[in-house]
Amino acid sequence: MAETAPDTSFTNQDFKIIGTRPPRPDGVDKVTGRAKYGADAFAAGQLTALILRSPHAHAKILSIDTKRAEKLKGVKAVVTCEDLPDLTGGNRGMLDILENCMARGRALYDGHAVAAVAAIDAETAKKALKLIKVKYEVLPHVTDVDEAMKKKAPIIQPHIRTTGVDPKPKKASNVAARSQFGHGDIEAGFAAADVIVEESYKTEQTHQGYIEPHACLASVGPDGQGELWVTTQGHFVFRNTCAALLGMEVAKLKVTSSEIGGGFGGKTHVWMEPVALALSRKANRPVKLTMSREEVFRASGPTSSTSIDIKIGATRDGRICAASAELRYQGGAFPGIWGMLGAMTTWACYDLENCQSVAFDVLVNRPKSAAYRAPSAPMAAFAVESTIDLVAAKLGMDPVDFRILNAAKEGTRASYGPTYGPIGIGPTLEAVKNHPHMKAPLGPNQGRGMACGFWFNFGGQTCTDINVGVDGTVSLTVGTMDVGGSRASLSLIAAEELGIPYERVKCNVADTASLGHNDMTEGSRGTFSSGMATIFAARDVVKVLRNRAAAMWEIDVDDVAWEDGQAVAKGIAHSNLSPLSLADIARKSPTTGGPIAGHNETVADGAGVSFASHICDVEVDPETGATKVIRYTVVQDAGKAIHPDYVEGQFQGAAAQGIGWALNEEYIYGEDGRLQNPGFLDYRIPVCSDLPFIDTEILEIPNPGHPYGVRGVGETSIVPPLAAIGNAVSNAAGVRLNHVPMSPPRILKAINAAK
Amino acid sequence: MAKVHVQTQINGEPVDFLCEPQQSLLEVLREELSRTGTKEGCGTGDCGACSVLLDGRLVCACLVLGVEATGKNVTTIEGIAPEEGLHPIQQQFLEHAALQCGICTPGLIVATKALLDKNPNPTEKEIRYWLAGNLCRCTGYDKIIRAVQASAAELSHPA
Repeated sequence: MAETAPDTSFTNQDFKIIGTRPPRPDGVDKVTGRAKYGADAFAAGQLTALILRSPHAHAKILSIDTKRAEKLKGVKAVVTCEDLPDLTGGNRGMLDILENCMARGRALYDGHAVAAVAAIDAETAKKALKLIKVKYEVLPHVTDVDEAMKKKAPIIQPHIRTTGVDPKPKKASNVAARSQFGHGDIEAGFAAADVIVEESYKTEQTHQGYIEPHACLASVGPDGQGELWVTTQGHFVFRNTCAALLGMEVAKLKVTSSEIGGGFGGKTHVWMEPVALALSRKANRPVKLTMSREEVFRASGPTSSTSIDIKIGATRDGRICAASAELRYQGGAFPGIWGMLGAMTTWACYDLENCQSVAFDVLVNRPKSAAYRAPSAPMAAFAVESTIDLVAAKLGMDPVDFRILNAAKEGTRASYGPTYGPIGIGPTLEAVKNHPHMKAPLGPNQGRGMACGFWFNFGGQTCTDINVGVDGTVSLTVGTMDVGGSRASLSLIAAEELGIPYERVKCNVADTASLGHNDMTEGSRGTFSSGMATIFAARDVVKVLRNRAAAMWEIDVDDVAWEDGQAVAKGIAHSNLSPLSLADIARKSPTTGGPIAGHNETVADGAGVSFASHICDVEVDPETGATKVIRYTVVQDAGKAIHPDYVEGQFQGAAAQGIGWALNEEYIYGEDGRLQNPGFLDYRIPVCSDLPFIDTEILEIPNPGHPYGVRGVGETSIVPPLAAIGNAVSNAAGVRLNHVPMSPPRILKAINAAK
Repeated sequence: MAKVHVQTQINGEPVDFLCEPQQSLLEVLREELSRTGTKEGCGTGDCGACSVLLDGRLVCACLVLGVEATGKNVTTIEGIAPEEGLHPIQQQFLEHAALQCGICTPGLIVATKALLDKNPNPTEKEIRYWLAGNLCRCTGYDKIIRAVQASAAELSHPA
């Protein structure tokens, strides 16, 4: 642990069970196969749906003939964009979602949906797809971010005019947006520099790689009411989006989130659910739609590929005096915010007088880019943290000491605007410096690297219910679906507040008909925001419990305190009254006023920013260029770890995804603009034998914006690995890789070029 | 094409089903027999989410035809737990928090059982290579390996 003593005064609590590691409430279902995921639901009379997808990267759709498919025995509905009219009323963002679900006159990437069928079984649906005749006029395409910015590049969305430039352009461009962040005087900063390092970097496109493909079961009746069972990170948002796109009333579409088989941001986007609902409406039958793995790769969720230029200037005493970046992020065929997010995170780890980041969001003929765990931050961090190591080397400084000297701290004006409160970058760096890993000896062909990462974290709209059963058990109802153990953490919080054992709480994720709106489980907000709402809902319950105790005792409620999970009568006058437990009060509830419940609805402001520093040892085979990660350590600030097992799990999982991104994973497009590796065989995510144990160190620098000091923990640790591995590879093989993934051919090429 | 009548045993119980000759065992288990504990992650034998035992041998159910189950014993995740409580592997996965989303968990537990039936005291390396056919995207495998090690210890030295 770092020496920094965290200020916990605002929490004003000695935790009793927060920080323990009980088994998760959904665990038994998940180890026995009982848990129901997206593809595990069935409805009487359900049809099987399949989607026909464009084989072209860019094409005009001249005609779609569905007549033969419709006539095939067993086919109950065929839909095209004709069945999904534009009801968005000029909301271009919503129209983009609709157009991505089903092409409207043009196919914008290999895998873009053009039609869909629902049939009595999968075999019939497959035959029907083959009977749909689509006439395409193939157009020139572009899949590389730098190529797409060139003047002669084919224009993907003719209505797009670059935003964020003055004057507003008159001509269409693949650059959807320019954004800029920073402060100070960059030129003056570089003029004062003793050393300047300038480098350019590229990162390839990766996929979240959740093991569960997208799946849903949709049912729309002739009365216009509907139900949707779906694997999603945000069923309330899916409800609102699907209802708007289909012209349904929000309250009449009930969406239930299944157990989710991984999302990492990729299941925050609506990819196909409106199509399932449209098929169900047309067929008047329930419709099940699942993506194959190939469809997942071709038509959902990858993160941006990028191209980034970095320039850092420093003075001889080791202070960074100027830092600038230009970042180009591709968003697939639709505009996104990925470049902007990259630019906001670029310099967030450092305390800089003069800094600037300029980002371009660029369209290419690839699937719509989606959020992927701390979206856009890992690429910027790869570029920055690689360059930081180069600057430190040029100054003859230890890279950790150089970072410590320049790290952001409380009161630092962040490059993206706000001024930081208490933050963890300094403590994570100190912890790295003092970690035994940093002192362990290295063998031949081995090298060590480290890097830092930042993520904002998010709060957002949240709504939570607590209902007390007559036997004194507590039902906690939340609307943020559970991606990795949050039901355990939230149960701990409810038990802590109410002073009852963890085992007496059961946490459930409600469907959209049973609770107020909740934003997505994204931005590492699940435990932060639902935890906050749980605390306030539990305090609401305590108010009711005190009232009921007062009624049972026939004394004034002001004379009833709630201490250690029981009602206590205050004052000498009531010393004859024995304390009443939650169970005592619950048992009497039918005659003291009925059900005991608490509720909270909030916009959970105050998400605390999060920092991580990682250490990595690699061994590079000089003959093949293959890299093996031999030791890995994650240090991250959690604010307060509610359930440390699942905090460690987030750190380890994020690091593993980052390792895959750094070394292996990439979308490979052919000259024809088609994705060449849409499967787990050729898009290789880390397997068990690729990785070592991943050590973790949880720091707790409390977030003043949360009653327990919690910060989101899910995302930050995917940010440092690309650069940590790049720095380690550089130290192991003596070559610097500016192109991710650092696959064996790229490393071998660099080694041979250096000879 | 006419459906084929298959007689097999699933988790020790006799089961008859009809399937198309081209249907995979995974499709039969999930779609025809409602055994949805066995998951589909890829359908091409790359992810291991559909791991089942066929006469004790670890296979991807997506790479086996339904008709191949004829006369065989199929063990799925639903057949791992004893009549009461949980199998030690299931218990250790829970206690070590060896799952996050849990979609890979049934396959990993079945694969772990196959490993420990064959090799009761595997080294870390043997565990990592045996389970290399089971993709997990959430955990980084750290807690999974620890759960498997603890399972091996418990099974070879029951408390």
